[in-house]
Amino acid sequence: MDKKILQIHSSPHISSGAGVDVIMRNVVYALLPVVAFSIYAFGLAALFTLMAAVLSCLLTEHWLCKWSRQTTSVNDWSVAITGIIYGLTLPPNLPLWMTLIGGVIAVSLGKFIFGGLGYNPFNPALVGRAFLQAAFPTAMTTWSAAFGAQRFTSLPASTLTFPLTSPQYDSLSGATPLAAMKFNQQPTDAMDLLLGLTSGSLGETCAVLILLGGLYLIARNMMNWRIPVGIFFTVIVLSALFHFANPHRYPDAVFMLFSGGLMLGAMFMATDMVASPITNLGCFIYGALIGTLVVIIRLWGGMPEGVMYAILFANAVSPHIDRFIQPTPFGHRS
Amino acid sequence: MPGPKHQSFRHGIHPPEHKEDTAHLAIKQFPFAPLLIIPFSQHIGREAVPVVKAHDEVIRGQLLAKADGFMSVPIHAPASGVIKNIGLVPSIQGTMVNGLYLESYPASTQEILEGNPCPLDAGKEEIIAAIQNAGIAGLGGAAFPTHVKLKIPEGTHVDTVLINGIECEPYLTTDHRVMLEQTGDIFTGIRYLLKATGAERAVIGVEANKPDAALMLKDNAPNDLAVSVEVLNIKYPQGAEKMLIKTLLNREVPTGAHSVEIGVIGINVATAAEIGRLLPHGRGIQERVITVGGNAVNHKGNYRVPIGTPLRFILDTVGVQGTLSEVFLGGPMMGQAAPGLDIPVTKGTSGVIAYSRDKNAPPQKIYPCIHCGRCVQACPMLLNPSQLGLLAKKNQYEKMADEFNLKDCFECGACSFVCPSHIPLVQYFRIAKSQLKKAQAA
Repeated sequence: MDKKILQIHSSPHISSGAGVDVIMRNVVYALLPVVAFSIYAFGLAALFTLMAAVLSCLLTEHWLCKWSRQTTSVNDWSVAITGIIYGLTLPPNLPLWMTLIGGVIAVSLGKFIFGGLGYNPFNPALVGRAFLQAAFPTAMTTWSAAFGAQRFTSLPASTLTFPLTSPQYDSLSGATPLAAMKFNQQPTDAMDLLLGLTSGSLGETCAVLILLGGLYLIARNMMNWRIPVGIFFTVIVLSALFHFANPHRYPDAVFMLFSGGLMLGAMFMATDMVASPITNLGCFIYGALIGTLVVIIRLWGGMPEGVMYAILFANAVSPHIDRFIQPTPFGHRS
Repeated sequence: MPGPKHQSFRHGIHPPEHKEDTAHLAIKQFPFAPLLIIPFSQHIGREAVPVVKAHDEVIRGQLLAKADGFMSVPIHAPASGVIKNIGLVPSIQGTMVNGLYLESYPASTQEILEGNPCPLDAGKEEIIAAIQNAGIAGLGGAAFPTHVKLKIPEGTHVDTVLINGIECEPYLTTDHRVMLEQTGDIFTGIRYLLKATGAERAVIGVEANKPDAALMLKDNAPNDLAVSVEVLNIKYPQGAEKMLIKTLLNREVPTGAHSVEIGVIGINVATAAEIGRLLPHGRGIQERVITVGGNAVNHKGNYRVPIGTPLRFILDTVGVQGTLSEVFLGGPMMGQAAPGLDIPVTKGTSGVIAYSRDKNAPPQKIYPCIHCGRCVQACPMLLNPSQLGLLAKKNQYEKMADEFNLKDCFECGACSFVCPSHIPLVQYFRIAKSQLKKAQAA
């Protein structure tokens, strides 16, 4: 036994094992059914858009790491999540050059500039999307209808638009349920919303699959369920209240819950651990804040949808929630 | 079975238990090592003062060093032999400390020198003095002099003595075996403890993974003794005194206070058994039960080991398989890593765990904190380890203490255990505490 070198370190000498990369990889797994459904619903356009989104995010992170002489951080899987979520928030017929630019912005200005993983104050995917919304408002609000007959054989004309030129659209454009509601007071069937048989961003259509993915992560203790619950709770309560007061003017709670990006945002974007509070109570308050903002923007704002801005604002508030909501230590209650 | 009767303390974790290898193995007497290493400070408080000289011949059980005042305990010879040298001896901290080397006689007998017996009907002060004279310090790991705990301050009333048989550290099964094999000693010890503290009753807490021990205690509890046995759900760190008091009595020890202030004295079950075993004979501690385990150990088991036995002798005797990569004293959650094998087993050592891990395996990568909140959900003291960790990285030690209650942390390791970023949080907190201490002293 002589001349053996013993390792010495501070206790504890064992750990639970599940590392950051494992958590992140599981989030990717949870997103895969949503990705599959969006490719099924929108065909090649979805496939190309998602690939462009993921690739631009991955390569941006990789090159920025190289450029700043750090070891690349793409293998912690967090940038893969950013890429997929960012892709899922885009309209199916967005020109690919816009998708690529948004991905670069998402990772560089949304994540890397603050110090990379663990330091981003905002959800990077939404930073990318917010940039596109500001820069290309028309392209970001023109939607192609889901389940087009030729979706697996041809791309929409707009997808391959030459960089820095305006896209041309096919006639096959469809209004999202939220836009139909807002501008034409036209409701959508609840079952269609649940199963994703409507038009909208790539990943926001099938609520059932999003819920399943979220439940998987909650079951594996990789997501704080108080965030989506806080969001759903406030959205249901507030919209039911207004619907009850004026059913013609305001949509019902079921519509509010299952339309637009609420489901995807609540399950996969608001729950970005880095940009959300750390305590359970803080997470619920944060969720409630998002729910309130979503209802305000949707019912009285100029835009039909407000999940993205609601989450970004709540991200900004998150550190302040943490400042005020701290656990009371054992033995400090008098 | 554990029922809804006990609302457990909040948070906590469930590390793998690894107790199945040794839980069923009866305690075996360990042979005497040819050379025993005996530090004078094996307890919290002032170190003992030697009363023997080099080359003196000593008999097993003879006093080697006497207590230096009340906050100190004496040390007795664990074996018959010759004092080889009095001076500096190696310690678990990696530093050299005052102590002596004892060369045990080959074929040394197990016979023990007896002192003045302490009768069961002795007075408070007499029992407390007898416990000090027996050299007893908490055998659960902290090694706090037991008699100091039992000296109840004027005007304070203690109603309950908690006997801690939780043993929530993975691998360790010594308390489990002691409860099964020294049941009588435990109840005798409880009689002394109730007498010394003036408490009305004793409660023995046992976790649900030791049903045989709980049953043995229940079946053998004397009718004239106010003692109950409670089976608790398994959760780490339930063996911590504050957590156990919360679970069993639903009382919260206020921050900075001792449990005596809320009427409770906590005593480890092995300590109670030692009191019951030693006092009737007036003996001092010469040995203790430890679990020798971990994947590098051939003959895992529970052994009654003479105090001062070097780790090298223990591992040579039980046999090592594979390449030894880590050895620590105590359990894997709070135990201390041994810097070498010439370190003795002392009164506070509850286990020797030896690992053989693949040295070519890359070390766990440390990621930045991703704010997942698992540490916050794990901390039994309801602190915010994530925030403390971020502050520690910026050397903001005062802020850690003033605003985030660093002093309440008792280093159970739950936060580091669950951290997916593998941040050595407890290590950061230890550094912060020692830096604050240094700043205060300056």
